[in-house]
Amino acid sequence: MVPLEYYLTLSAVIFAIGVLGVLTSRNLIVIFMSIEIMLNAGNLALIAFSRALGDVSGHAFVFIVFAVAAAEAAVGLAIILAVFRNRESVNADDFNIMRW
Amino acid sequence: MLSETASLVFWVIAFVTIISAIFVVSLRNIFHSALFLVLCLFSVAGVFVLLDAEFLAGVQVLIYVGGVAILMIFAVMLTSRMTNSEVRQQNEQKALGALVAFSFLLIVTGAILKTMSVKGGFGLSPSPSVTISTPHAIGRLLLTNFVLPFELVSVLLLVALIGAVVLAKKDGD
Repeated sequence: MVPLEYYLTLSAVIFAIGVLGVLTSRNLIVIFMSIEIMLNAGNLALIAFSRALGDVSGHAFVFIVFAVAAAEAAVGLAIILAVFRNRESVNADDFNIMRW
Repeated sequence: MLSETASLVFWVIAFVTIISAIFVVSLRNIFHSALFLVLCLFSVAGVFVLLDAEFLAGVQVLIYVGGVAILMIFAVMLTSRMTNSEVRQQNEQKALGALVAFSFLLIVTGAILKTMSVKGGFGLSPSPSVTISTPHAIGRLLLTNFVLPFELVSVLLLVALIGAVVLAKKDGD
């Protein structure tokens, strides 16, 4: 039986890797993949707590997070493709017209 | 014996997950990053199985590996000019970003371990009870306690898919 804190630490490590990806990457698609990794880390913590508490509610949360992640992926990739069509780039450093 | 096998499997899956996640954020070739993302999502599904969430592991493979990761690979291929391996993928804040992520990790794991070392941990019983993670139980919960989020998420999916179509189509079509 693997203790709860191992799962939580694994979740924290994966989330930190996702944070690293968002902070250091220049490519919008890699930033996007890092966000998916962070969502997965959150799901992992929810399911670990759900098992430790003997409560199925965490599984329902994760189910809803899946749906939100799928919607986010569809819209986000559509935005990336639209931006790429207009600016011929997916480099996050190129998009600074909103900056003042 | 069974618990030893389970913890060995946990270490193997955790190792694969962490290594593939690091590859996702560090490789120069984005197509390889996307393939490692598939591996990472698969091994997270393996951890779900270890946590007695077989149904969610199946859904993870279907939605993430079958849907989200394939969308990512599509996007990588459609923007292929930017994704060849000569283009540098890290920005200038590499060291600072690593510092922030590492200190975040230290704070969170410190909080987890300190909470667990307090007697009783997160207020959980020492021997966790067995969950009843069947599709039946999840479905019953989604249509009773969580019926409002469930309906909202269906509307969200509809809006997101229409929005994606509107955003992705060319102007003037």
